[in-house]
Amino acid sequence: MLLYALRRLLYLVPVAFGVSLLVFALVHLAPGDAISAIVPPDAPQEVVDKLRTYYGFDKPLPVQYFRWMLVTLGGDFGTSIGTGRPVFEEVGGAFLNTIVLAIAACIVAFSLAVVLGTAAAYARSRAVDRIVTSIALIGVSVPHFWLAIVLVIVFSVELGWLPPMGLGPENVAGWRLDLDHLRYMILPTVALSMIPLGVMTRTVRSTVKEILNMEFVTALQAKGMNDGRILLHVLKNAAPTCLAVMGLQAGNLIGGSILIETVFSWPGTGFLLNSAIFRRDLPVLQGATLVLAFFFMMLNLTVDVIQTMVDPRIKRG
Amino acid sequence: MLKRLRVLLAGAGVLAASTIPAFSQGTLRIGMTAADVPLTTGQPDQGFEGYRFAGYTIYDALVNWDLSKADVLADIKPGLATEWKPVEGNPKKWVFTLRKGVKFHDGTDFNADVVIWNLDKLLNDKSPQFDPKQIAQARGRIPTLIGYRKIDDYAVELETRVVNALFPYDMSYIFYSSPANWEKQGKDWAKVGLNPVGTGPFKVDRVVPRERMELSRFDGYWDKARVPKLDKLLLFPMPEAATRTAALLSGQVDWIEVPAPDALPRLKQGGMNIVTNKYPHNWAYQPSMVEGSPWTDLRVRKAANLAIDRAGIKKLVGDMAIESKGHVYPGHPWFGSPTFDIKYDPEAAKKLLKEAGYGPNNKPKIKIAISTSGSGQMLPLPMNEYVQENLNAVGFDCTFEVMEWNALVTFGFQPVTGEAAKKAGTNAINISRAFPDPYSGFTRLMHGDYVPPKGANWGILKDAKLDEMIDKVHNSFDKAEQTKALQAVHSYAVDQALWIWVVHDLNPRAMSPKVKGFVQSQSWFQDLTPISMQ
Repeated sequence: MLLYALRRLLYLVPVAFGVSLLVFALVHLAPGDAISAIVPPDAPQEVVDKLRTYYGFDKPLPVQYFRWMLVTLGGDFGTSIGTGRPVFEEVGGAFLNTIVLAIAACIVAFSLAVVLGTAAAYARSRAVDRIVTSIALIGVSVPHFWLAIVLVIVFSVELGWLPPMGLGPENVAGWRLDLDHLRYMILPTVALSMIPLGVMTRTVRSTVKEILNMEFVTALQAKGMNDGRILLHVLKNAAPTCLAVMGLQAGNLIGGSILIETVFSWPGTGFLLNSAIFRRDLPVLQGATLVLAFFFMMLNLTVDVIQTMVDPRIKRG
Repeated sequence: MLKRLRVLLAGAGVLAASTIPAFSQGTLRIGMTAADVPLTTGQPDQGFEGYRFAGYTIYDALVNWDLSKADVLADIKPGLATEWKPVEGNPKKWVFTLRKGVKFHDGTDFNADVVIWNLDKLLNDKSPQFDPKQIAQARGRIPTLIGYRKIDDYAVELETRVVNALFPYDMSYIFYSSPANWEKQGKDWAKVGLNPVGTGPFKVDRVVPRERMELSRFDGYWDKARVPKLDKLLLFPMPEAATRTAALLSGQVDWIEVPAPDALPRLKQGGMNIVTNKYPHNWAYQPSMVEGSPWTDLRVRKAANLAIDRAGIKKLVGDMAIESKGHVYPGHPWFGSPTFDIKYDPEAAKKLLKEAGYGPNNKPKIKIAISTSGSGQMLPLPMNEYVQENLNAVGFDCTFEVMEWNALVTFGFQPVTGEAAKKAGTNAINISRAFPDPYSGFTRLMHGDYVPPKGANWGILKDAKLDEMIDKVHNSFDKAEQTKALQAVHSYAVDQALWIWVVHDLNPRAMSPKVKGFVQSQSWFQDLTPISMQ
């Protein structure tokens, strides 16, 4: 198992290199210019040229890439053009805020999906199945930014129960685990968990239903095993498929949702990327995207290892 | 069951309400449109919203703006300088007499050394305090400043490249940060940004990137009439209009910038005050005036100006605009007396196009570079589509080159003869412009010497008569004479239909009835010092 994990870890090196190249190329392919975004429209050309030289944008793209790689490998992502602060600090702070929200959304979405999906698969009543399927369909169909706005209108504007934006109370900086901050998390968490809830509910339902039709389940029932223990066997068999999808969904959530974070003014990576895109803050864009891509790769690796632990056939394959 | 649910919900509501933090009466919370706290080191980014909230609050300029009145156009007044005048016999040199007794928030003194240190910060790339981020914001505001020297502790001499009677306006955009604080922060501007120190009416207590900026009253402010009434001022970046609306309606903030037009009825219904006023904003089209462009024909430009149904556009933006009658709005001191009446007259537009030799089989082809959003652009897509219908209805063949805001700004860095415009085939551009001062309003946009990259005369308008008139403004040191010269420039620009003008924004902001004492000036900047919370 250790060798398998190490081998997979080694595979990450060329993938990470490819990702860095792709990130750099995409960021530079986008229309607009990094310097024009930070100077007023009528800034003199001498100023624009001076800034272009200062930030190294006058160099050919391959040179810019290698300079970026050098500082990145040294553990420094450079300095934000927009704020002048180290990119590492900018991305780090935002990433932690996104992680908090992503974990909450994962907990809500995955636990509900397992319960609802299993219930639908087991349900003898067509009504239960239809209700669950409808919830799943709504989850994947309703645009989550629209849902976010509706939630804000209902629970913040009309009922006044929950705050519509921000990370926490005005007199506290950063996120903390207390009731006040949890209140601020409720609406973004609900909005963010809808898509993974829909996707996972459908996955769990179909996987469990398929496993329930397998012969070993009939054999277990014939042996007189009680329903609870049979359910454990079914869930264990459904786990590899569900874990793979959960991994992808968790990765999407950790990537941050630009729309949800913008609607709730939640200062995470999505909000940071949104701001960096409009400012053409290339160092922040590159740094944030690279960190997210790397995290996504690590998450996939973790899911693969867990899958292998749950189902050794995967390793053999 | 339903009754139980109602009781439960009501209980939850009371619980939630009881946990909303209480604020003192003197705290004002504002939702900005920016996605981040503007730069706080001295020269703010985020356009004029940055100047409004992280400029004139924390800092002062040598020349400040008088933002105390709503019924007249905001003009400059003494700030950190008590007076200024050109040197006799050499109008390219100006002497600024500095105000004595001004303290920074850190208790250090403001004097001539501070002025020189701050100008070095922007203009001397050999100085240790040189900051490329600040020069990026500031250099375009002081295009003619080439030299500076200390005369004594409270006087400095500034030198301009050309004779420029408008130079005091330029100096209203340059702020002065504390050299002692820069030393204290390890000579690191990024750290200064988190702990800025200026001389302004508010001092910064905390900057939390992308979350908020907290300011409080500076009791030692030099202008005792403008010591803030508020205890605290909290600024939140909220780029999404729906979020700002919800935050205001739910009581999380007391004031929001630029509410969405379709949210105005709901805000009014929620008891909020919608505050508007005229201000120097121009939503218009800047045409190509190079050979081969249909816009070189005065009749075509006049036809376009007469084809636009401005009342319809005003309705489209929820009445948050005034219909253009020229480059500046009627009642503005520079309006003058143009003879060409800009109005909606499609029949006259059709007639003019016919006179110019155009017809159904030979339509003037117009391609305009527009953006999907952007600072001051109002609702660019629906507004442009509305105009397109109007123009096509009288016989134009109007299409768009649509791009993202930043791409459009970059596009505007090259004139119409540049590669970008040639490739796109555009012969007009739609970038909202501010005209807080004559240079921003006319010189950089219409003077023949200010073709990009030197200025923003994108369409390469070359009109010797107009250039002479604008030069006269720059050479008029007497205020009345300067205003008269500006009126002549404006009248000429309108009579020659040099642009296609559509509307001026009304600068809407919504606020809770608890906000008292705010006077919305005719400016992009606003004074927050007279405000109190009820």
